[in-house]
Amino acid sequence: MNAEHGTARALVVRFAGDSGDGIQVTGGRYSAAAALTGADLATFPDFPAEIRAPAGTTYGVSAYQVQLGRDLVRTAGDLVDVLVALNPAALKVNLEEMQPGGVIILDQSAFTERNLKKAGYAVDPSTDGSLAGFRVVALDIQKLTQAAVKEAGVSAREAARSRNFWTLGLILWLTGGDVAATRSWIERRFEQDIAAANRLALEAGHAFGETAELGRIEPILGVAGSPLPPGRYRSINGADALCLGLVTGAKLAGLELLYGSYPITPATSMLHTLAKLGAYGCDVFQAEDEIAAIGVALGASYAGKLGVTGTSGPGMALKTEMLGLAIAAELPLVVVNAQRGGPSTGLPTKTEQSDLFQATLGRNADAPLPVVAASSPGDAFDCAIEAIRIAVTHMTPVILLTDGYLANASEPWRVPELESLPPITRPDPAGRSPYQHDPETLSRPWIPAGTKGGRHRIGGLERADGSGAVSYDPANHQRMTELRQARVQKIADFLPRVVLEVGEPGDDLLLLGWGSTKGAMAQAAAELRAEGLKVAHLHLRHLAPFAHDLEALLASFGRVLACEMNMGQLAFLLRGHYGRPVAALTKVSGRPFQVREIKQRARQELTGALGAVA
Amino acid sequence: MSDTLDHPRSPLTAKDWAADMEVRWCPGCGDYAILKAVLKTVTDLGLDPDRTAFISGIGCASRFPYYVESYGFHTIHGRAATIATGAKLARPELDVWVVSGDGDSLSIGGNHLLHLVRRNLDLVYLLFNNQIYGLTKGQASPTSRLGQVTPSTPEGSIDQPVHAGSFVLGAGATFYARVPDVAQAQLVEVMKQAHDHRGTGFVEILQNCIVYNDGAFAEVTGKATAPERQLWCKAGEPLLYAGGRKGLRFDPAAFDLVPFTVGEDGFEVSDAVVHDPTNRRLAQMLAARDDVLAMGVVFQTDAPTLDGLHHARRPAAKEDLQALLEGRETWVVA
Repeated sequence: MNAEHGTARALVVRFAGDSGDGIQVTGGRYSAAAALTGADLATFPDFPAEIRAPAGTTYGVSAYQVQLGRDLVRTAGDLVDVLVALNPAALKVNLEEMQPGGVIILDQSAFTERNLKKAGYAVDPSTDGSLAGFRVVALDIQKLTQAAVKEAGVSAREAARSRNFWTLGLILWLTGGDVAATRSWIERRFEQDIAAANRLALEAGHAFGETAELGRIEPILGVAGSPLPPGRYRSINGADALCLGLVTGAKLAGLELLYGSYPITPATSMLHTLAKLGAYGCDVFQAEDEIAAIGVALGASYAGKLGVTGTSGPGMALKTEMLGLAIAAELPLVVVNAQRGGPSTGLPTKTEQSDLFQATLGRNADAPLPVVAASSPGDAFDCAIEAIRIAVTHMTPVILLTDGYLANASEPWRVPELESLPPITRPDPAGRSPYQHDPETLSRPWIPAGTKGGRHRIGGLERADGSGAVSYDPANHQRMTELRQARVQKIADFLPRVVLEVGEPGDDLLLLGWGSTKGAMAQAAAELRAEGLKVAHLHLRHLAPFAHDLEALLASFGRVLACEMNMGQLAFLLRGHYGRPVAALTKVSGRPFQVREIKQRARQELTGALGAVA
Repeated sequence: MSDTLDHPRSPLTAKDWAADMEVRWCPGCGDYAILKAVLKTVTDLGLDPDRTAFISGIGCASRFPYYVESYGFHTIHGRAATIATGAKLARPELDVWVVSGDGDSLSIGGNHLLHLVRRNLDLVYLLFNNQIYGLTKGQASPTSRLGQVTPSTPEGSIDQPVHAGSFVLGAGATFYARVPDVAQAQLVEVMKQAHDHRGTGFVEILQNCIVYNDGAFAEVTGKATAPERQLWCKAGEPLLYAGGRKGLRFDPAAFDLVPFTVGEDGFEVSDAVVHDPTNRRLAQMLAARDDVLAMGVVFQTDAPTLDGLHHARRPAAKEDLQALLEGRETWVVA
């Protein structure tokens, strides 16, 4: 609770239960209610790959964590202040990350002998004293819910399903919130009797807190004021923000968009979101496989729409050859990779950043392309626009990296004003040969099939520079290979300067990251700085090509520590690029970094560099 | 250069349609005859080269787009169907022709062909079937005959060959025709019909590879033997071949078509099945034969096209992107 003088500035709540318990809905609605009070927040939905994993098992536990605060919130939080455990398994797998003295709310009805056994408990932990360090609120939530929803007239089974809303009502009360926003959401979302049951459960949970005199944990939702800059906000997750960015970017470029995709976790949510945006110039095509998905997208670009495809690691592997064709043919294309744990099928619902090598290097031959990575849900919107800008102005496929955590996590997002976004100006192809490269960008003009007077032939065979004829001439291939390299490098001429998130050039240690690790790294750097340590933080959006000024900036730091959810891929790339030592903090557990993990390693780095540090 | 496709048809000659590019097939390759027929077809149809795109995969056949003075995209192995799908969805007015070989279409690209055909995209699909991998120097292909000796099958191929017609008909094709490369006039005629068909006009062209599989269709196309091996399908006419001396009748016991000689065993012309190109079962029986090969338009039926459905279903455009960005629940931080 980080409480000082009884007033908490931040609170971490984690809901946990079976994957059929509606945990994600509960967490999502709690976050939405908190956001409406002006709190800043960051969420971490964490669920199993199975749709309905066997009930009561530890591997079937679904969880949703949110940190809300009256100061800026950068992560979903390291340790949990309030845990809602709807069964013994949910308690078991989450206990390790509890804040000492934190609150644990248990549904006693689920603490049966059978469930305890499934969770691996020999004795009921709620009675054997093992929760002594916490404030435990054990209630028969099942029974309380059933009593509350009686008048809705739903079946016993339906009544039991309202348990999550009863719990939500209670947590809202315990943290100083009300039920108004959730109630109207329930009315919109559910059919009559189910809506009634859920509403009754919600209200009963809230009222229970009051009448049972449980004592409010921390009325953080009742506190006025917001740490966020003024503006109009909404709550958004990374996948939705990215989709809105794609639609917006296409509009800014004056293009329609065709999204080709094949279902794969966690990229599928983009397919679902974009499928509803047909009215905004977005065509969606569910292809027969990953290869067809990118083929259809490239075919669309060939004929003058903006082709986009989205996938996750294993799907990326299948798209590799088509990326090579897009590079050879010099056609715009955006490929989104929502990374997940691997190799192979790996951890479909867990997050990782281990496709950086694949994105930057993973093709046959010398086949460079630009790579952009989003660092927060809201940043995914900006990065989608940036990927489109690069694709259409530089006539190249672009890989946009997100990850499972980013895709699912949500945060308050200041809605951008469309008029304030700069248009994407496409080079005018008029009067230019389809094979002629512009001296400024080294890109050929985009002349879509069907354009009057522009007919030409193109393909994957090497073509003669200038004429476009098939060419096996050795000098020509040398020139074309160099040109493809230079063309991607040229993109760096148009990139903004790199800016430190935290700290100053020349600090003792730079924490260097990319992607969804940004919040935890910035928090770690800020906290270390508050201790007087000279720690800076830089987060890269452009991973290929690197910005021109990156090298000099890196050289100014005593030490550079790359923090990544992989085995050190960015560190490896930077060492190769600049021939400089770069240390790596790596984590591949399928879960995001905790702030304390980064701080601990940063301290070690500083100790190694500077001798003992207090 | 305008983006509009509303350009008038121009009276072009086949020469205008030939790209200024050196054709690099082997001397004597059946592809030359097909190229000639295609150039005549597009000329006769009065197509506009600026709104025509030839899209191919990889293989000898797939070099085709380089030789036609229209838009052309030589893509990657097996994936032409996917690129063609994207191009057609993005620009439905585009006249799309896919050119592909038996390895490209039925081996590495089999999945895409299946789905292209079932979706019934409105385009022409030319399958050059030479029963061999030519560009990689003569390995057995999915249409190579059992026992065929090639560098990759020195003991003879043990893979059961696939019938292209059976495959696409099974996938729900709405148009299937077959023509040998040497039948220039019929090839032009069939390709015109494939083009005018609304949906995927799938044409299997029996094409001779002079270097690696020369004579694969010698019997089918040879002057002396052709009449016994080719049966030209005509809607409403009996399935007769060998100059009308032989025919195919339906044998209920075999539940299949069986050949008969007119006037022998009591069978007459009236016993021959009358060709109905809209009958998929009949087309399947014809397509699966190895003795006498059905030629011409074997099957044709009307069905909605994917590109048509895709665009019909598209919701009316909404302009208010700002409202979309805001979503349903917003709040203001002062």
